[in-house]
Amino acid sequence: MEKELRLMKGNEAIAEAAIRAGVDAYYGYPITPQSEVMEYLTEQKPEDRSGMIVLQAESEVASINMIYGAAGAGKRAMTSSSSPGISLMQEGLSYIAGAELPCVLLNVVRGGPGLGTIQPSQADYFQSTKGGGHGDYHLITLAPSSVQEMYDFLKISFELAEKYRNPAMILSDGAIGQMMEKVELDDPVSRRTEEEIINDFPWASTGKKNRERNIITSLELDPAKQEQINLNIQKKYREIEEKEVRFEKVQCDDADYLLVAYGTSARLCQETVKLARDKGIKLGLLRPITLYPFPSKEIATMVNDRVKGVVAVEMSSGQMIEDVKLAVNGKVPAEHYGRFGGMIPSPEKILEFLENQIMGG
Amino acid sequence: MTEEIIIAGFGGQGVLSMGKILAYSGIMQDQEVSWMPSYGPEMRGGTANVTVIISDERISSPILSTFDTAIILNQQSMDKFEDAVKPGGVLIYDPNGITRHPEREDIEVYQIAAAEEASNMGMNKVFNMVVLGGYLKVKPLVKMDNVIKGLKKSLPERYHHLLPVNEKAIKRGLEIVQEYKKN
Amino acid sequence: MEETKQDIKKPENLVYKKTDLMTDKTLSYCPGCGHGVIHRMAMEVIEEMGLEEETIGIAPVGCSVLAYEFMNVDMQQAAHGRAPALATGIKRVFPEKTVFTYQGDGDLAAIGTAETIHACNRGENITIIFVNNGIYGMTGGQMAPTTLEGMKSSTTPYGRDTKKMGHPLKMTELVATLPGTCYVTRQAVHKAAAVRKTKKAIKKAIEYQKAEKGTSFIEVVSNCSSGWKMTPVQANKWMEENMFPFYPLGDIKKPEK
Repeated sequence: MEKELRLMKGNEAIAEAAIRAGVDAYYGYPITPQSEVMEYLTEQKPEDRSGMIVLQAESEVASINMIYGAAGAGKRAMTSSSSPGISLMQEGLSYIAGAELPCVLLNVVRGGPGLGTIQPSQADYFQSTKGGGHGDYHLITLAPSSVQEMYDFLKISFELAEKYRNPAMILSDGAIGQMMEKVELDDPVSRRTEEEIINDFPWASTGKKNRERNIITSLELDPAKQEQINLNIQKKYREIEEKEVRFEKVQCDDADYLLVAYGTSARLCQETVKLARDKGIKLGLLRPITLYPFPSKEIATMVNDRVKGVVAVEMSSGQMIEDVKLAVNGKVPAEHYGRFGGMIPSPEKILEFLENQIMGG
Repeated sequence: MTEEIIIAGFGGQGVLSMGKILAYSGIMQDQEVSWMPSYGPEMRGGTANVTVIISDERISSPILSTFDTAIILNQQSMDKFEDAVKPGGVLIYDPNGITRHPEREDIEVYQIAAAEEASNMGMNKVFNMVVLGGYLKVKPLVKMDNVIKGLKKSLPERYHHLLPVNEKAIKRGLEIVQEYKKN
Repeated sequence: MEETKQDIKKPENLVYKKTDLMTDKTLSYCPGCGHGVIHRMAMEVIEEMGLEEETIGIAPVGCSVLAYEFMNVDMQQAAHGRAPALATGIKRVFPEKTVFTYQGDGDLAAIGTAETIHACNRGENITIIFVNNGIYGMTGGQMAPTTLEGMKSSTTPYGRDTKKMGHPLKMTELVATLPGTCYVTRQAVHKAAAVRKTKKAIKKAIEYQKAEKGTSFIEVVSNCSSGWKMTPVQANKWMEENMFPFYPLGDIKKPEK
């Protein structure tokens, strides 16, 4: 059967994906530029379509904690927000990571710090990939660069979150949230039944029927035990780093120089690659799809093989560049180029930077 | 084939929905499309613009600074986007409310009196469809039946009774668009 | 022959048995504290109503942070003040389950005020058990939103000056004004009769939850001998003389028949 095609905003696509992926609950709070997610969901009457619950919470603090509750009960729960709202969720996220529960968040990033601007930005890279809240944890972070990926990554994020019992973040930005592109929709899957939840997630607080009680907590006052909990969580992260790295390479086979960019920046960099190739510069693009785990090994391999210089292009003052530099490990020059505060770098300026700072230097 | 278009005017003129119909028309003929709006406080009564790309290939950047075609519907947008048309490109504008007409010599310029026409039709709301008709005449990249399909996909079903009047407006646009020659 | 302990421990001699829904773990609460009794009342009600297989409780941050160590049902431990949000999150996706929160005054009436008021205002079909002892016990006796005027605490060493520190907050009266709450009551556990009343109130609250009447809210005025720097006996006396006049016991709101 031919798949259904629709022209959708990124924010709408992820909402549609949620209904079709058997998500049980969306708890959210409005903030620009992602309010379309909850607007689309409420308009679609998901209670009728799939039985999915949509509730507008009193704050982002409440919504992440509603998710904590639902996730603890083994349900597929998600929220979406934009930078300042995601900051408010950090406490809840830390608890969710500590209690080892799966859930999915969407951050449609806007420029900061503070109230900042509502224009697109990538300045929440550190917050997403390095933990964000207190304690040693990571969010599995996926960065869509198209509306189709906004749709596809929702399901993938839940699968990863559930596999590793860890929150997953879809790190998007205002441009991808607001723009419309063609989306291929897949057939809906139904939500898990209670029996399936009990079977798939024996740890969930579903009521202690035919078993001992389940406790969902991130508290362990005994430091020796708490260290063991941390070691177990870290073991999980090493496995994630080993198995779940995703990236896309654009014209990398013969590349002398490399751009590393994700999300909207990666779209701009595709244009830069074209411009460079027209001028005879062998430029490639590595687009990390997972920001955590980061494709460090791939970058290291590429600079060992033939790449002579790397530019990390970000709509921030330079965050991912730190991971790029760790991967490059001083072998070749690696520099950051970016615009921030809601400004978008131009493909021409990216090329100019490469020529002046890396090739000329 | 890749066509990069900016449509710019006041909020409320139907700029965004015109772009949406155009993008949907591209999907109807198996092309890649992107629709990138300006968003934010501008939406509320100020200027609005949308970048639409229709292409046979995967679209790289949805955010552009130069365009093959600019459709300009107020003076602010004229000031902002006339220079953004690529040399040899196309500028289509409604002279209604325009105080400074386009000055570039290296592009094709067309006028469409869409506001006047929509008013004559007694349907100010189909203004954007008249403009779309004008564009389709100048750049017949999407087939008319795909535009009608795109229109149907873009309009919520409760407005489907308005399809004929929209189609009529598009056809009027095809007829009334004309090349603008500076004296 | 003298009767031994073994001879006495016969089923026919049994007059009282600890509910199986309390674990055997030794309570971590101070002598004289009300928490243990309130825990037990809640668990006895769940057991008597036969709801242990479908109950999910939410523990707060505060002295009762470890409530899940003692209550032998499925439990989740919330961030400080967020228990009503967790309860909402669970109840909305599992409407047939029995969901309750167990919170102290700092948790419910200070940091979690928004979560409390909005859960009550939405009329979530959950039961909130709110233990008010007028002080932050776990962190060492600091001022709570419910600390009485003039009452000493480690952060109001000269007594709560309402001009500087605001007034004691009557959350129970406040939530009673919200259309989402169905049953709002204030109880105590300082005497056997009061304990019985509290248990009855919890039972009613759970019944209203099962009948989907809206949020049921039980405040239990309790003591904190450690935080108040008194013996348990002094603390109960002080509570009767000072807390009860400001926080009077009794039902504040009942569902219309």
